[in-house]
Amino acid sequence: MQYSKKVLDYFMKPRNLGELSNADGEATVGNPKCGDIMKIYLKINKNEAGEEIIEDIRFQTLGCGAAIATSSMATEMVKGKTLDEAYKITNQQVADELGGLPALKMHCSNLAADAIKKAIENYRTNTPK
Amino acid sequence: MQKKIYLDYAATTPVDKETLEKMMPYFSNDFGNPSSVHNMGQTANAAIDETRNKVAKILNSKQSEIIFTSGATESNNLAIRGTLSHYCAKNGKNAPKPHFITSTIEHHCVLETIESLEKAELIEATFLPVDSEGLIDLEKLKSSIRDNTLLISIMYVNNEIGTIQPIVEIGNLIKELNSNRKNKIIFHSDAVQALNYLDCDTKKLGVDMLSFSAHKFYGPKGAGALYIKKGTPFKSIQTGGVQEFKLRAGTQNVPAIVGLGIAVDEIKNNNALEIKKLRDYLIERVLKEIPASYLNGHREKRSPNNANFRFDNIEGEGLLLSLDMEGICASTGSACSSGSLDPSHVLLALGLRHEQAHGSLRLTLGKHTTREEIDFTIEKIKEIVARLRQISGNVLSEFK
Repeated sequence: MQYSKKVLDYFMKPRNLGELSNADGEATVGNPKCGDIMKIYLKINKNEAGEEIIEDIRFQTLGCGAAIATSSMATEMVKGKTLDEAYKITNQQVADELGGLPALKMHCSNLAADAIKKAIENYRTNTPK
Repeated sequence: MQKKIYLDYAATTPVDKETLEKMMPYFSNDFGNPSSVHNMGQTANAAIDETRNKVAKILNSKQSEIIFTSGATESNNLAIRGTLSHYCAKNGKNAPKPHFITSTIEHHCVLETIESLEKAELIEATFLPVDSEGLIDLEKLKSSIRDNTLLISIMYVNNEIGTIQPIVEIGNLIKELNSNRKNKIIFHSDAVQALNYLDCDTKKLGVDMLSFSAHKFYGPKGAGALYIKKGTPFKSIQTGGVQEFKLRAGTQNVPAIVGLGIAVDEIKNNNALEIKKLRDYLIERVLKEIPASYLNGHREKRSPNNANFRFDNIEGEGLLLSLDMEGICASTGSACSSGSLDPSHVLLALGLRHEQAHGSLRLTLGKHTTREEIDFTIEKIKEIVARLRQISGNVLSEFK
């Protein structure tokens, strides 16, 4: 399989794997039909400037090597970032950070940034201003 | 270099060393064109005829009934299109469309050929469903036959799940029906996964045509054959040469055909009993030691070298990738590995849901497979399935 070394590393040693028991936001993307499902859990806190940041993040993914590697990489990219920064991360940026993905994988398995956006929205919807 | 454990013998097999040695002279020394009149041409032609003789023996047929091709994909195309080609030539442009029957779990080279002819409005087609173990139903087959049914093509052994179809029974059924029919039905079987392990006596099977390929039984890639019973209405689909009794134009691949012949000789050393024991051991241990694991296909009516599993909450490509890193070569019906968006059409035809089909793993054994390799592979599958399940958690449950 034509995966980069970095993809294989993030697949074999996933970062931020697991659940967060009292998550402030969570979301699931993908569907069983195409085979890739990702779930993201967020713990939100405030930094010294009073901005909301992703203090902790976890993922669970049922999917191929690319799906697991992108989930893993995306969580690493947004951890510690403000919600506004994290919300801007794109699927393309996640793929780039992994040194690229096989063309076929770009659509079906590269959904982690979407999952993070959705989890942030979930947090914002459920948190009174 | 990491030692490889090859468990993908249904995809292809290594060429036996002795076979390769016997092929070698035909590349540069005895390289003549078998159609040439001179001595070198006749040497090549004699080599081809020797293979033809061997193939005829194993199929219990006449030499003139064996057509060499580039492999099973070509043989299957030739069988289907050659049948239609004859029908069209004989009956003219305005003839009613003939009806072809096949199963939903055929190899793509049969399935897509029939689909494309149906789409081009040249034939009517029926795709017979299979049961949850991959077997076709003879009653359903019988009731799908029409007055204009011209061809029935049913594979002998399925390449993914190893299920063995009742070819003898189908052959008998067609023979019986044909005795009262004006329009005789032609029976073709793709035997590419069968030749190495099962009886392919064409008289016993009752087939009119049979396809196979050398590289599935330790012969070279690029050589296969189509058996066409004498008297079967058939016309070539390729023009520009009189080779292979005018049924397959083109210079024969002499070294590969020589290799095919040696490989046929070697079938007797296929180690089938030992392979079946190891395969049964593999199936028993995996089903017992891995929770939520299942066998795809029929437990008994299956090729002796095939094991096809599925694991809940696992995606096959990740499993394959992890096995590959351990040096284990396997195969899956997951969409991710096939280059399409859908998982294996065979697994879906069994009635499996997409997420079940995505979690499949095919291990096919061969004569070089050892007990140690199987033990190592089982341990690795256990570790990898546990690891991938830890990653996938319970996310699938949200969709139930």
